[in-house]
Amino acid sequence: MNRFEYIRPATIAEAVAAAAAPGAAYLAGGTNLIDLLKGGIVRPERVVDVTRLPGLDAIETLADGSVRIGALVRNADLAHDPDFAHRFPAVVEALLSGASAQLRNAATVGGNLLQRTRCAYFYDVASACNKRTPGAGCAARGGDTRLAAVLGWSEHCIATHPSDFCVPLVALDAVVEIVGTAGSRDVPLESLHRLPGDTPARESVLEPGELIVAVRLPADAASFAAHARYLKLRERTSYAFAVVSAAAALRIEHGAIVAARIALGSVAPKPWRAHAAEAVLTGAHPDRAAFRRAAEAALADATPSGDNGFRIELSRRVVARALARAAAGTPARLPALPASPFAPAPGGLHA
Amino acid sequence: MSKHHVTTTINGEETEFLCETQETLLDVLRNTLNLTGSKEGCASGDCGACSVIADGTLVCSCLMLGVEAEGKTITTVEGIADGETLHPVQRQFLEHAALQCGFCTPGFIVATKALLDANPDPTEEEARYWLAGNLCRCTGYDKIIRAVMDAAAEMRGEARAA
Ligand SMILES: Cc1cc2nc3c(=O)[nH]c(=O)nc-3n(C[C@H](O)[C@H](O)[C@H](O)COP(=O)(O)OP(=O)(O)OC[C@H]3O[C@@H](n4cnc5c(N)ncnc54)[C@H](O)[C@@H]3O)c2cc1C
Ligand code: SF4
Ligand code: FES
Ligand code: FES
Repeated sequence: MNRFEYIRPATIAEAVAAAAAPGAAYLAGGTNLIDLLKGGIVRPERVVDVTRLPGLDAIETLADGSVRIGALVRNADLAHDPDFAHRFPAVVEALLSGASAQLRNAATVGGNLLQRTRCAYFYDVASACNKRTPGAGCAARGGDTRLAAVLGWSEHCIATHPSDFCVPLVALDAVVEIVGTAGSRDVPLESLHRLPGDTPARESVLEPGELIVAVRLPADAASFAAHARYLKLRERTSYAFAVVSAAAALRIEHGAIVAARIALGSVAPKPWRAHAAEAVLTGAHPDRAAFRRAAEAALADATPSGDNGFRIELSRRVVARALARAAAGTPARLPALPASPFAPAPGGLHA
Repeated sequence: MSKHHVTTTINGEETEFLCETQETLLDVLRNTLNLTGSKEGCASGDCGACSVIADGTLVCSCLMLGVEAEGKTITTVEGIADGETLHPVQRQFLEHAALQCGFCTPGFIVATKALLDANPDPTEEEARYWLAGNLCRCTGYDKIIRAVMDAAAEMRGEARAA
């Protein structure tokens, strides 16, 4: 870790002013930033600890029925809020499928959105990486590409965004509230992350110093609660990043789908909303054939970025299965191992 | 840059230390305060060997800066026993021989205490899920889970499970 100045601002205005300086980084739960500092992958001159800023740790229902989650709400606290879980079960399932108890206790809502990729070459400072050092090249191309992106990638960067939490959030039209030196603004989560293009180092639309202060779910998002699931395929089901994941939410009336929401995780540089797949389902009967058609539509633009074509078909199957689970209905109680494709038998030993 | 002066409560005692900004809480515990029970397994949040309880929640001390401990209440594995009397979780780990090399054990003890404080009557699946962030390369976990379930039963005042 390099040496840096550590600042603990008392107000949002102070935080934004302190972080607008070049070489500054916000510190929230630290579960990603401190790891990156240790590896020398980021070397800030100044770290601005926002964890003690007042007023950013509430979960509130606003007058218009939308729900506002403060950026400092811990992932575990959000997942264990009974009212939130009741309204947004797929979001909770995604949260509880991520990381470990220790990390969910520390990780914040804002930090989760802005966590960096897990591309191994990004983490290895001896490898060329356009994200770390613009113009250096990309060691992942032609390297181990198994878990690299199949949607939205460019020849300059094939890394994925690894968040679970973001996947149902983007499906449910979450909006991010941002405060910067020039005032505050709202950005749909779908537009928060940028595609790599030829500037993969610019990962989000945030300007220097801009702070995420909250995430809002519109009132309408809760109308999917009866049919909303998250499904996450992992190499170690108890605790690992996704190989592929999907959030599926349906509104079903008189046996037909009246609205569908679908997003994919860990297959693209950002949480990936599948609008075309949603359109396929509107008005359809919730059956396997419809889910397969939706899955085809969701991956219609996918192309392998290396030796990872298998994840395209895997993604289709995960989408179709997440839809089937959503159609079957949100369970009253989440399974002991959330979002797992393997439903452990009751009383089974190996959770 | 000068060192930061941090005031905190560790294992019930008010503790002050000086640290560099780039030192983690785990560095401070082990190198400055000589509390070497917390271990550094991975230094990246994967293994849980560095688990401590900070203001009532279980966290990885390898992913927290020393300066962040200002004003917080920290419990490390050294603070789990009551003087010379082992905590039921510690005793059950011994009873079940739920360790081989022992490197993961402090993290498991702290994580188990945090689990049972929050949920005194977990199912086995719940216990396994909660402890997924603690890796053990030796035991195969089975003895650990038995120790956890028996510690839970003991703390609830029930006879130990079969
Ligand atoms: C071993 C391990 C396993 C993991 N497994 C999973 C998993 O399975 N699924 C998953 O989804 N995630 C997983 N994670 C990632 C974890 O969810 C993230 O590290 C965490 O959510 C980041 O939140 P934080 O508050 O700790 O952020 P920090 O580490 O504090 O910050 C992360 C980034 O966001 C910026 N930032 C933080 N807050 C703000 C804000 N309010 N405004 C602007 N910028 C901000 C920081 O500057 C930094 O760049 C894992 C992490 C580890 C270490
Ligand atoms: S894929 Fe992106 S993050 Fe990974 S090495 Fe290439 S440029 Fe860097
Ligand atoms: S040393 Fe902290 S999690 Fe491994
Ligand atoms: S006893 Fe050796 S790692 Fe657990």
